[in-house]
Amino acid sequence: MVTESMDTNYLGDEEIYKENILDHFKNPRNFGEIKICEICHSELNPTCGDMVKIFVKLKNGNIKEAKFKGNGCAISMASASMLTEKIKGRNLKEVKKMSEREIHEMLGIHLGPVRLKCGMLSLKTLLKGIEIMEERK
Amino acid sequence: MQKLIHLDKLRMDFPILEKKIHGKLLNYLDSSATSLTPKPVLDKVNEYYNEYNANIHRALHSMGEKATEEYEEAHRKVAQFINAKMHEVIFTKNATESLNLLAYSLTKKLKKGDEIVVSEMEHHSNLVPWQQLAKEKKLKLKFIKVKDGRLVDVDKVITKNTKIVSVTHISNVLGTINDVKEIGRIAHNNGALMVVDGAQSVPHIKVDVKELNCDFLVFSGHKMLGPTGIGVLYGKEELLNKMSPFLYGGDMILEVKFKDSKWNDLPWKFEAGTGPIAQGIGLGKAVEYLESIGMDKMKEYEEFLTEYALEKLKEIEDVEVYGVDNAKERSGVVSFNIKGIHAHDVSAVLDREGIAVRGGHLCAMPLVTQVLGQQSVVRASFYFYNTRQDIDNLVRGIKKVKEVFHGH
Repeated sequence: MVTESMDTNYLGDEEIYKENILDHFKNPRNFGEIKICEICHSELNPTCGDMVKIFVKLKNGNIKEAKFKGNGCAISMASASMLTEKIKGRNLKEVKKMSEREIHEMLGIHLGPVRLKCGMLSLKTLLKGIEIMEERK
Repeated sequence: MQKLIHLDKLRMDFPILEKKIHGKLLNYLDSSATSLTPKPVLDKVNEYYNEYNANIHRALHSMGEKATEEYEEAHRKVAQFINAKMHEVIFTKNATESLNLLAYSLTKKLKKGDEIVVSEMEHHSNLVPWQQLAKEKKLKLKFIKVKDGRLVDVDKVITKNTKIVSVTHISNVLGTINDVKEIGRIAHNNGALMVVDGAQSVPHIKVDVKELNCDFLVFSGHKMLGPTGIGVLYGKEELLNKMSPFLYGGDMILEVKFKDSKWNDLPWKFEAGTGPIAQGIGLGKAVEYLESIGMDKMKEYEEFLTEYALEKLKEIEDVEVYGVDNAKERSGVVSFNIKGIHAHDVSAVLDREGIAVRGGHLCAMPLVTQVLGQQSVVRASFYFYNTRQDIDNLVRGIKKVKEVFHGH
C-alpha cells in the first residue's frame, strides 16, 4: 500500500495566497487606463481566459506612469498590480531584461508550470507591448 | 448504495488513493480529465514489458507472436465492449487523433457549400478539426444550439446539404447526456454521416454502436482506466473500407512497389507504424475491469453521487452550478463557480485541501465563454471509485476558499 512514499516537496507546501497577494488582488494598484501613452497592449492566457492590458507612459526612456486593466485569477491580477508598481520610474532598457526570476521574487511564492502562466501574463504583455512600440518606430 | 459496487474492494485497486497531497488524503475529482489507473491495468502493461516486449505483426519469434496475440485480443475486447466487430476498432493515440483522422478523411470529397454540423457544447477536439477543414474547403460549419444545458432544434440545423454530423455523447462541461441516437436518425434521414464523440460516455455508460446506429465513435483510453497514449476509432466496416488511409507507413500496407502500394486489411490499414502496443494491451485490461463492475451498476452509482453533489453544492451561498438539474439526464460531471472568485484560485485552494478538481474553460471555450458567459468554471467529476466523503470534503473545501477570499 502506498502511503506517503512520494514526498511532498515538489508540491511546495507554502501558502500561495499570502497576505500581499490577496491584498493586491482585492485592492489593485494602478488599475485603470492611460489615455495617451506609448505602450498599450493586451494579452490573453489561453489556459484560463485571463486578460491583462497594460498602459505605459514614457519620459526620456524611463517609465513615467504604468497602469493596467483586466480580469482573471488572483495570481495574474496581483502580479499585474505589483508589476506596475515595480516598473514605475525604471529605465526601459532595464525593464526589458526582466524575467521569470523577478516575477517569482516579486510575488514571493514559487509557482508550478501551469500557474506560472498566470504569474507571467503581465510581464509577457508588457514585453510584447514594448516590442510592438519599438517596431513602430 | 455504496454496496452496489463493492466500493471498498475496488478502491484497493487504486493505490494512488492512499496518497497524501499537502498532508491530506487525496480526493480525486478530475476523472473527466483523466481517470486513475487500477493495479490490474498497470500489471498488464508491465507484463508486456517484462514478458513479451516485442513488436507486433513482424517478428516470428515467440515474444513477437505473443505480443501480436495480446494486441489483437485487446482490439477484440474493446470491440466487444462497444458491440462492434474486431476489425472495426482502430487504435489511435487518443480521441483527438481519431477525430482528426475523420475530419481529414471524410471531408476529402466534399464540395464548396456542403455542411458539417456540430454542437455548441463540443470539446475543442470535436470543433477545431472541422472548423479548420471547413475553412480550407469552403464548407459550411453549423451549430446545434444549447439551451438550459440541452441541445435544441436539432432538426432545424441538419438539412439535405449536411454531409457530416459530429456531436458529443456527454458534455465534458455540463455532463448532459445527449440523445445521439435521435440526432443520428435525423442525420441519416438527411443522408449525412453520424460521428459520436464518446470520450466522456464510453468510460461511464453502456455504449452500443449497433443500438446507437452511429457511423463512427471515438474515445480515449486514459479516461477509462487505461494508459495514456491510446485512443479508439470505431467505424462501420463498409465505411472504413471506402476510406483512404490517414497515415502511411509500415504495417498498414499489403504490398509496396516503388511507384504504388496496396493497403492492408482493417483495422491495420489505419494503424501505420509501431502502435501503442503496451497501452493497447493495457486498454484491453481496462475494458475487462469495467465489464467486471458492470456499466449499468456504475451508471447508477455515479448518478447517486451526482445527485448528492448537486444537492450539496446548491446549498452553498454564492455557488452557481451549471447544467440540467436532473441527475438522471447527466453524467458525473458538475461544473460551478463561486461568485467573485476565479476558477484557478478555487482549484488552487482546493488542492491545498487535497482535493483535485479542474478549473478553466475545460477545452470548450465557446461553450464556457459564449454560452455560459463565464471566463472559466470549476469542474468536479466523478468515477465509481469516488465516495460521498469526497463530495463532503469538496463542500468543506469550498467553504475554505470563501474564507480565504471573502474572509468569512
